Amino acid sequence: MVTAVEAPDRLFGKAIKRREDPRLITGAGSFLDDIKLPGMTHAVLVRSPYAHARIRRIDTSAAEKMPGVLGVFTGQDFMDVNPLPAAWQAAGVKNNAVTPRVLAVNEVHQVGDPVAVVVAEDRYLARDAADAVVVEYDPLPVVVDAKKATEPGAPQLHEEAPNNIVLEWTCGKDEATVDAALEQSEVRVSSHLINQRLIPTAIEPRGSIGKYDPATDEYTLWATSQAPHVHRLLLGAFVLGVPEQKIRVISPDIGGGFGSKIFLYYDMPLVLALSKKLGGRPVKFFEDRSENYLTTTHGRDHITDIEIGATRDGKITALKVKTYANLGAYFSTVAAGIPTTLYGRMLAGCYKIPAIHCKVIAAYTNTAMVDAYRGAGRPEAAYVIERVCDLVAQATGVDPAEVRRRNFIQPEDFPYDTGVGMLPYDSGDYEKALNRALELVGYEQLRQEQKARRERGDSKLLGIGLSSYVEVCGIAPSKWIGLPGEGWGAGLWESANVRVHLTGKVVVTTGSLPHGQGHETTFAQLVADELGIPYEDVEIQHSDTLGTPFGFGTYGSRSLAVGGVAIYRSLQKIKEKAKKLAAHLLEAAEEDIVFENGKFYVKGSPDSAKTFADIALAAHVAYDLPPGMEPYLDETTYYDPPNCTFPFGTHVCVVEVDRDTGEVKLLRYVAVDDVGNVVNPLIVDGQIHGGIAQGLAQALYEGAVYNDDGQLVTGTLESYAAPKAHMVPTYELDRTVTPSPTNPLGVKGAGEAGTIAATPAVANAVIDAVSHLGITHLDMPLTPERIWNAINQAARS
Amino acid sequence: MFPSAFEYHRPSSVQEAVQLLANNPEAKVLAGGHSLLPAMKLRLAAPAALVDIGRIPGLRGIQVSGDGSVVIGALTTYLDLLDSGELRQGYPIIAETANVVGDPHVRARGTLGGSLAHCDPAADFTAVMLALNASVKAVGTGGERIIPVDDLFVGLLTTSLNPDEIITEIHLPAVGGRKLGMAYEKHAHPASGYAVVGVAAVIEIDGNTAKSVRIGVTGAPEYAKRATAAENALTGQQLTADAIAQAANVATEGLGELNGDVYASPEYRAHLVRVMTRRALTRAAGLS
Repeated sequence: MVTAVEAPDRLFGKAIKRREDPRLITGAGSFLDDIKLPGMTHAVLVRSPYAHARIRRIDTSAAEKMPGVLGVFTGQDFMDVNPLPAAWQAAGVKNNAVTPRVLAVNEVHQVGDPVAVVVAEDRYLARDAADAVVVEYDPLPVVVDAKKATEPGAPQLHEEAPNNIVLEWTCGKDEATVDAALEQSEVRVSSHLINQRLIPTAIEPRGSIGKYDPATDEYTLWATSQAPHVHRLLLGAFVLGVPEQKIRVISPDIGGGFGSKIFLYYDMPLVLALSKKLGGRPVKFFEDRSENYLTTTHGRDHITDIEIGATRDGKITALKVKTYANLGAYFSTVAAGIPTTLYGRMLAGCYKIPAIHCKVIAAYTNTAMVDAYRGAGRPEAAYVIERVCDLVAQATGVDPAEVRRRNFIQPEDFPYDTGVGMLPYDSGDYEKALNRALELVGYEQLRQEQKARRERGDSKLLGIGLSSYVEVCGIAPSKWIGLPGEGWGAGLWESANVRVHLTGKVVVTTGSLPHGQGHETTFAQLVADELGIPYEDVEIQHSDTLGTPFGFGTYGSRSLAVGGVAIYRSLQKIKEKAKKLAAHLLEAAEEDIVFENGKFYVKGSPDSAKTFADIALAAHVAYDLPPGMEPYLDETTYYDPPNCTFPFGTHVCVVEVDRDTGEVKLLRYVAVDDVGNVVNPLIVDGQIHGGIAQGLAQALYEGAVYNDDGQLVTGTLESYAAPKAHMVPTYELDRTVTPSPTNPLGVKGAGEAGTIAATPAVANAVIDAVSHLGITHLDMPLTPERIWNAINQAARS
Repeated sequence: MFPSAFEYHRPSSVQEAVQLLANNPEAKVLAGGHSLLPAMKLRLAAPAALVDIGRIPGLRGIQVSGDGSVVIGALTTYLDLLDSGELRQGYPIIAETANVVGDPHVRARGTLGGSLAHCDPAADFTAVMLALNASVKAVGTGGERIIPVDDLFVGLLTTSLNPDEIITEIHLPAVGGRKLGMAYEKHAHPASGYAVVGVAAVIEIDGNTAKSVRIGVTGAPEYAKRATAAENALTGQQLTADAIAQAANVATEGLGELNGDVYASPEYRAHLVRVMTRRALTRAAGLS
């Protein structure tokens, strides 16, 4: 059993500032668009203004004659480049997965589909020439709604997918069993929930630079990538048909990704193929914000019907869920896994629910592709189950906190199998986090104040919303996630090499990489703490397939729980070898050697110690090694976790709704999270802050809207309301610590927790504020008009 | 985010600027650039030439006279307005409004003259200047003239300025011995920060009576307009909560067809106009 770390003198657990920040916040970082290569050219895409159309004719002749233009190409020029791969083939999607080609051929299926590319000496000239490409289209009927897309007579996007259905999938108990459980329930509630489409809105859009070297036949790709090794693998083996060792992928500094930079995009093979066509001149593509909004992946977009059975005292007895998941115009890299494995299998939340049945139908529509977005399936699941708790509370009259308490999985129940096909939850104490959150927010007093306000007819309606979430991180054991038909047919282990230079300085190379998470700081803390050496002596290297061991990248809050453990294991190997060498040099038995504060000494003789640097030097110069020992301290680990980790917590949001206008004011936000042991509390707090901001923004502000013609109405930051600093409240954070027994560090993961928890906390708060008017549910985003309309309607009925 | 090619002119005097405009019918005036440049980057606007008046001397600054009348240079930024202690004396609504325009970047670059000349349907100061009974000085090749703001805004993104005219000054009337109550209420769009609805109210208070009332509404109508029905309803009345509520109830009368978008329908905007007119009048009357 791993115990909670509580050692104030250790670097593990210390809130130090991120070593990345001085570079990044003074503008000294190097992001993709900062990269300028000799002879670099610029690619601009000609994109479809139609959501669905046949391409009748493309005339590139005028564009080709424009100044500075090096070439204009269409889809026909890239028929030797394969479509992008469908990497996560959950729910048996492979036969009907239609993935993008580098440029659309014959048909376009969403606004922004690329139909031609212009390469020019600079980006302005390329853009001017792109405007001069003439494309004639025959528009086709459009469908943007996932449920409507599956109905008879709906416009059809792809021959391979009749009725636009990508997958139909179920989990949990069979439908008849759950129907029977519903029938027998004392209380029954049903609801229709829309989890609206979101746009990830990383501060840095996406881009890629391709460079082909005709002398060596090698390709180099610089890309805004959360997973450079995976991208190299997919580009080589599946798209370009180039041997993997002939491709190098580099991720420069990345300005946020939130999942949207996990995926392989068409511009990546496109710039490589273009560079080859141009004889090796580098080609840069960098999307602008409008292109980012139109064509980089979106998140969420579920239409869900739920039926709930409960006892009169608020115990949930049955849950039936049917969800239509919108996957957009094509299948994005891991799209199938999000509404299945990461959604359906997390629908039990923190609760013991004896009968759950979930059916998911995922469909193609004439919209941007949908794939993992911060939380990826778990926010959708948390939203369903946390709305369920409040609906049960409202139907039974049991307090929402008490409903949660009565249904919680108990600490002694772990490892706990929820019966919906998820791996067993590792550890938890859900009630402890709930109680702490209620205490911090002053729950009882707030309920009294709410009552008083209602009684005196106050126009400022008080609402208190709870969200007790659990999520799955540290993804994932390969034998689970790689299961053919269920998983993505590949592992999800992570790698770390630890190399000790002769001066005792340590360089770690890792397959995980930062796009805002602070890997360089957290991992260095881990290493310095474990080896007892100065933090400054540790360097973390990442993000380049040349020089780092294969790794699956950063997403799913997995860097520390998987990548960090790989480092930890390499450190143990380093320590073991160093200890052997110390024993040899100190002429003592290995079991008598103590390693403490970076020094090796013979038990009882700390004065004649060898420092870690002494041992590093001895290992390097190698003239006096024990028999059979290789020189150098250099160890690599490929760590495949035995289970995922399951962080949890309770968030409480307090809002005031203006009865006259429907405007919502965020009064308080309390978050008690349990992410297991914490290496750097400052970084974890930052992750929680950012996560909450995104989660509450879904509840109140954000929503991607397509009109019936498939035009993205919220296509710019002037119409799509990503949260700004003044739109979020002061966060009151606390933690409980329940170490994960899954890994030796006892860590769980913190990157997505805030996003998963916040959306239902805020939505529940707003609905709670108006619940006494008879309102049981409101869809997000909870805009003032939507609330005002609901209040008016409630007043009329 | 890459505009089309354009010519760039940087005149050093107003005369030179208006001559350039007269010679280049396809030219646009560049002041703070916070409306024009984004439109150009999106290629929604592609002017053949820009006339950058940003470095013409004498167009920026605030002068308050002894009688309380004010002359504001067209290039005065929102931040300048926010920081002016003198302006706060007689016209506190200006700092109040400047504080809710856009974000710090917009406030530091955006100009009052630019906002009025652009006539964005969701700008803040259009409504405030209507309520304040302001006027502008416009200079063109044919000379200069004073245009009351009442006559300046004539349509969506359209003013009564001639193509070769530039706003050089904004004039606010003398306060004299009058007691003016004023307030600006805004419901900001969560994405753009522009006014979904903004209502500016200025009341000349005589004892307990509304001697005169001016109300400017932005965001909801096609372009900023006065809520004359509400003004008339309250003018000459005792400033009571009831009288204000009655005036606010007719605030949308005469505004014409109201804007609607995915964030707020015309019906909701109409409701906000009434609620915010009530709130602005209540504060202007000193009743809150």
